[in-house]
Amino acid sequence: MDVRLSPEQQALRDSAVRLVDQLGPHAVGDLDDPGRAAALDAAVAAAGWRELRAAADGDAPLASGVEVGIVAEELGRGLADASFLGPTLAAELRRLAGAPAASAPETVALTPDLSSMVHVAAGAPPVGVAVDVRGASTALVLVGRDDGHHLAQVGLDGPPARVDLTRPSAPLAPSADVAPVAGAARPLTDGDLVRWTALGLSLACADLVGAMEGAVRLATAYATDRRQYGVPIGSFQAVQHLLADAFVATEGARSATLYAAWAVDELPDGDALAAAAVAKAYCARAARDVCETAIQVHGGIGNTWECLAHVYLRRCLLSGDVLGGAAASLARVLSHHGIGGGHGLP
Amino acid sequence: MDFRDSADEAAFRLRLREWLPAHNPGLPPSSTDDAYWAGMAGWHRALYDGGFFGMSWPTAIGGQGLPPVYEVLVDEELAAAGAPPRPSLGYLVQGLLEHGSDRIHRRFLPGIVNGRDRWCQGFSEPDAGSDLASLRTRADREGDDYVVTGHKVWTSYSDDAEWCLLLARTDHDVPIHRGISAFAVPMGQPGIRQRPLRMINGVTKEFGEVHFDGARVPASNMVGGPGEGWALAMTVVSHEREPGELGYVARYGKVVNDLTARVRSHPDGVTAEQVRELGWALVEVEMLRLHVRRRLSDRLDGVTHGPQGSVDKLLMTWTEQTVGHASLAVAGIDHGHGDHTPLRTYLYSRAQSVMGGTSQIQRNLVARRILGLPGS
Repeated sequence: MDVRLSPEQQALRDSAVRLVDQLGPHAVGDLDDPGRAAALDAAVAAAGWRELRAAADGDAPLASGVEVGIVAEELGRGLADASFLGPTLAAELRRLAGAPAASAPETVALTPDLSSMVHVAAGAPPVGVAVDVRGASTALVLVGRDDGHHLAQVGLDGPPARVDLTRPSAPLAPSADVAPVAGAARPLTDGDLVRWTALGLSLACADLVGAMEGAVRLATAYATDRRQYGVPIGSFQAVQHLLADAFVATEGARSATLYAAWAVDELPDGDALAAAAVAKAYCARAARDVCETAIQVHGGIGNTWECLAHVYLRRCLLSGDVLGGAAASLARVLSHHGIGGGHGLP
Repeated sequence: MDFRDSADEAAFRLRLREWLPAHNPGLPPSSTDDAYWAGMAGWHRALYDGGFFGMSWPTAIGGQGLPPVYEVLVDEELAAAGAPPRPSLGYLVQGLLEHGSDRIHRRFLPGIVNGRDRWCQGFSEPDAGSDLASLRTRADREGDDYVVTGHKVWTSYSDDAEWCLLLARTDHDVPIHRGISAFAVPMGQPGIRQRPLRMINGVTKEFGEVHFDGARVPASNMVGGPGEGWALAMTVVSHEREPGELGYVARYGKVVNDLTARVRSHPDGVTAEQVRELGWALVEVEMLRLHVRRRLSDRLDGVTHGPQGSVDKLLMTWTEQTVGHASLAVAGIDHGHGDHTPLRTYLYSRAQSVMGGTSQIQRNLVARRILGLPGS
């Protein structure tokens, strides 16, 4: 047992840090700079990170859940407004179905509360929200048949919604066509969807860990600079203890997330999902607390649109909901320990 | 990165798993009962004799000389088998290892590790808790001895201990941090009186107070040099903050396993709120287990205790207190003469945010030494 990152994994993290620090937004106003966002998008594309889960030799993915988590964490820390969650989950679905790589950028569609993949009944209109849609023209959905879950595509148009200012969503149009994905070798099994869910949860957790780290850094820097009563507010124990708790919660979230990311490719389906659910329950709760602390430490400034603290909170609210938030994850953990529903939990 | 056991680790785990059924002393499940503390010495020697204690300590002192991750393997197997946690002595061993001479190592460490000698830790005083450096117990040189006068309190295991790792002031003319020295003091002598303290959960065998009134300790029993006691104290308390050193993961794992079994056997008799509290306890105990694995792996790079120990201590505290609340919620309080174990588990959990340095002190350390926030 040795849970340190390998030298290659550390190098991947270093390059993600460099790229995000150079091209990511450093102020809320930067989110409206299309030139910077396009440069970041091009750099993420050139790095090949959106294809980490594409099939390499045979059916195996190019990289493991750990590499996906490393990239997701740094993109979250730097509030990267380039797509990663959506294309990565779409590539994983294509790999599991033995389908060729997408010919144009695509993402996935989730149910309106983001808690699971959209299943479209034959002939019925699609209902759901495509997530992380920047640059994407289509979203993958599932169509259930007797032999399993078949991949299908839904076209995206209309204005994006921005709960998360860095990763827009797009509700599916009821009139949109649902077209089968060409060239898929097989339908997805229930087991495939369990493993895909484990990957999605661990990716969302890594994004949350990164965003928590970014929020703590932002608030720590502010508490060091901002002076009241003639001294930095960060010299007051009341402020110090808020930030210390936020840092500690981030470290706990990181430990649970590392295991979930490793488990995606190394443990049986049910155990991988349980590891992801433990991490998601912990991260979703911690991330909201940590971002609320970041807003509180910024005082009045923290409640204005211009402060990055709410951009972290909004990003965490989206990642927190992806494939199930704290309550749904807690129910999965309990179910793994043989305690079923019927207690008012989902 | 690999969370899986190596072949050697798997073989070790199997050996421990096969050994446990015949050697599990079946003590009360957690720190809730005097019988638990009374049985700890025998459990310590059984673990040692089986080759399952001091996994990462040097072989020269009776340890197994293995990588630090073996400590967490032991904790996980003890929890799975419902066995008591390993004795928490790592902080004493690390303090003596880091600050004692070879002679001190040879004289004292084998007896601590093999469980033959019981030790207590004489640090805190009635007026020196968080502000440990203000301690007033004094040790004055008389010939080849020091003579000790003072009052120690919150002294774990003082009633069973043959030795006390004592902090005392040996120099009153220097800044307070530099006037403290550390000694290995024999407890069985006329100048020492100890009295057990009853904890809020009724346990009397864990905590005590010790009065020193002309007790004698040979000068050769000083650990480190004169005035170096503060450095030793910082090493000891840093290790006292690390769940990997303490083995408490096994204790928490045992409690949540019992609570889970209870809910599974009466699924219709529990409310959503009870199940939710159990769910959070399961999540936090698993988080802590994984956090310990991460920390013990970091030690392979030579990363040792430091301010990160305060992070670990806070995570451990949050976990223990969440488990305590789950115990109260799921098992409930028997208001008659029945089983008071769940209540005691809960009451004991309140000590975790005080022992080994309060949560307030840990937050100060994280804020100043990790986040770099300015002092007040």
